[in-house]
Amino acid sequence: MSQTLLQIQGLTKSYPGVTANDNVSFKIKSGEIHALLGENGAGKSTLVKMIYGLVRPDKGNMKLDDESFKPLEPRAARASGIAMVFQHFSLFEALSVAENIALGMENPPKSSALSIRITEVSLTYGLPLDPERLVGDLSAGERQRVEIIRCLLQEPKLLIMDEPTSVLTPQEVTTLFTTLKKLKSEGTSILYISHKLEEIRTLCETATILRNGKKVATCDPRQKSARELAEMMVGGTLNSAKPKKLKLGKVVLEAAGLSLPPQSAFGTSLKNISFQLHQGEILGIGGVAGNGQDELLACLSGEVLTTPNTIRFNSKSVGHMTPNERRALGVLAAPEERLGHAAAPDMDLIENSMLTAMVRKNLSNAGFLNWQRAKAFTQTIIDEFDVRTPGPQSIARSLSGGNLQKYVIGREVLQDPDVLIVNQPTWGVDAAAAAAIRQSLLDLAGKGAAIIVISQDLDELMEISTRFSALNNGKLSVAQPMAKFSLDEIGLLLGGADA
Amino acid sequence: MLRLEKRPSPSRTWAYLAPVLAVIATMIGGGVMFALLGKDPFEAIRIIFYDPLFSEFAWYYRPQLLIKGAPLILIAIGLSMGFRAGIWNIGAEGQYIIGALFGAGFALALYPTESPFIFPSMIVLGALGGFLWAMIPAVLKTKFGTNEILVSLMLVYVAEQLLASMSLGLMKNPEGFGFPGSRNLQQYASAHNAELWVGSGVHMGVVFALMAIIFAYVMLARHQLGFHIRLTGESPKAARFAGVNPNRLIIFCLGCSGALAGLAGMFEIAGPSGQVNIDFNVGYGFTAIIVAFLGRLNPFGIMLAGLLMALTYIGGEIAQSSLGLPSAAIQAFQGMLLFFLLAVDLLTNFKIKWAKAEAIV
Repeated sequence: MSQTLLQIQGLTKSYPGVTANDNVSFKIKSGEIHALLGENGAGKSTLVKMIYGLVRPDKGNMKLDDESFKPLEPRAARASGIAMVFQHFSLFEALSVAENIALGMENPPKSSALSIRITEVSLTYGLPLDPERLVGDLSAGERQRVEIIRCLLQEPKLLIMDEPTSVLTPQEVTTLFTTLKKLKSEGTSILYISHKLEEIRTLCETATILRNGKKVATCDPRQKSARELAEMMVGGTLNSAKPKKLKLGKVVLEAAGLSLPPQSAFGTSLKNISFQLHQGEILGIGGVAGNGQDELLACLSGEVLTTPNTIRFNSKSVGHMTPNERRALGVLAAPEERLGHAAAPDMDLIENSMLTAMVRKNLSNAGFLNWQRAKAFTQTIIDEFDVRTPGPQSIARSLSGGNLQKYVIGREVLQDPDVLIVNQPTWGVDAAAAAAIRQSLLDLAGKGAAIIVISQDLDELMEISTRFSALNNGKLSVAQPMAKFSLDEIGLLLGGADA
Repeated sequence: MLRLEKRPSPSRTWAYLAPVLAVIATMIGGGVMFALLGKDPFEAIRIIFYDPLFSEFAWYYRPQLLIKGAPLILIAIGLSMGFRAGIWNIGAEGQYIIGALFGAGFALALYPTESPFIFPSMIVLGALGGFLWAMIPAVLKTKFGTNEILVSLMLVYVAEQLLASMSLGLMKNPEGFGFPGSRNLQQYASAHNAELWVGSGVHMGVVFALMAIIFAYVMLARHQLGFHIRLTGESPKAARFAGVNPNRLIIFCLGCSGALAGLAGMFEIAGPSGQVNIDFNVGYGFTAIIVAFLGRLNPFGIMLAGLLMALTYIGGEIAQSSLGLPSAAIQAFQGMLLFFLLAVDLLTNFKIKWAKAEAIV
């Protein structure tokens, strides 16, 4: 079993201004689950893209089964027995499972034969899936199964999985792990990309850690603690945020019977959402993306208007108020999409500060804008939130994901909100920036602000929330103290069971 | 093999260099076209770009530069605001005609009463006419989600029919011996948009064009509304998050560009043109689209671009008469300017890299 399947030697790939991979070498053995671990921007994606033939290395070589391996395109990689499940699915929602799978095949068999094959494979690997269902009706976990089965039909030697659990509930994760272990026992190698340390420690026997494009170490993750792995990944010591014990203060923000019809063809409707948000608390709203998170944030921020009394701030109806009217009252928000929603990509940071801080930071006078003050405020955000950028004049698109997110959160936090609603505050952000962002939210709550954190990352919610509730298919469960829940119960809630 | 690579941030150098390069490329491309038509390309280019400014008859052409430049600039300033916000008013030509009809119609109805209030009222009505005509695509877009490009463009042809009907019917000169066309407003002192200094080419339209440039600049750089316009163009979702009401912005941008186009039409019909007639409109509303982009949607850029475009109009006319170039060749020449500008513009956001073609195994 310890035969080498894929040997990577000195792979180097540079993009203008950044070396994505610098002389990376490691081996993947037959029948092992090999973790590729690293922060965002550490070069994991570039590395697997080279293996999958999407990107060509500048230097270095690969050997597959002791033969030189230079895939020029994904098709060549697939022909050599390499398959990949991407983090973002490429499925057509209006087509059935079988049709979607046939589309990705070189020579698809007849649809009846294909359906039988799909059913066979899905039963063998414990991935229940009906080939005739429309992909638009499937959950994220089921959609991932479609992608996995599409790969398995090629009977690959190496299966690459890019952050497969980021969209799954804990129960779905368990099912996935069973499947992966079965594949491994049959001799298939798996290259498993993740930054979730615990799952790597339970699943993988070898881990290669990347930092800034270089290989830091190859080790056995079961022999290391999660903390040791994280420190290798980040290259320093980590402080984790700790929520303070707080008694619930008075209710500041309240939703009562908030419903919203779907805003687009595949949008989610909000169904009778009610919650009370207290001073000084962080309400964690968990759930897999696409279950109404964006819609909920839009209703609370004022981008979508509702009947006045469905949303109340300090007992005052605000459902009909525009974003700036709510900002004036003290209700601020930071949407999930950093570029193109929370910030305008091609505008500089000063202009982006003007975007939300015009009202509360007094940046305008009778409609005339005070750019000096906007610049000073931007500089304050950069200093206090450690945003790494050449200066306030940099355009938003030129910042890395983590830095831009620090800027976006900093911009709202520094306006001293009474209520702050954030959606996926640390999505795609490196561990150090994520820790800083969580700490800033905790500090803000400590000062008496009320915060809603909408997130897919359960570890994050467990770390910082005082109370927890789950958003599933547009319905919000009743909020309960976080400490009350076990991981299993949360999983059930996210799957739509009633608490 | 050539490859395009997105720049981390847009190049400032290229943003300024692109229009210059586009003009040079147009001279080369146009020169080739003129040569193919059997004319001496160097002479043609000289006639178009040099003669109107420095030849022996330049005293006549220089004021023309302002007369032709003013409506182009006035319209382009209005269009540029919408274009920045991603609202595409293609029908400025129609708004120009309606503005002219509103102003001229009012004056013709009062003829021959003389009053100092007639011309100011015409200015207001000209703006109102263009504004109302632009409200048709604006309201249809905000209420029913129609495409403003199609609606505003189609309304140009409606406006042209209206102009023809007015020149042949309601506004026809009763003392005109049956010829189409209205009374000449140049001969109606209260309504005449006369030159402020004789022989200078400076009429009220030029003054308004200058004011529009300054207002537009201040608004875009310093005012909330200008910021919201730019933000909407950059990222509609971020604009919504910032509290911009997209419908109000559509009404404002279309209304504003319509009013400015209407003003341009009014100043033209009460001044240089003088008459409501079938051939009153000569395509300023369309050429202004080129002017707006050539000027980088920047008010001062538009001023320079408007003057340059006016130059090609005047130079083109000279070339038509002295070299016998067809007028279509001049239009193609002006079109090339936009074509090359858009092509060169790519370099503002992208770098061109030479990449060795890799052998395919």
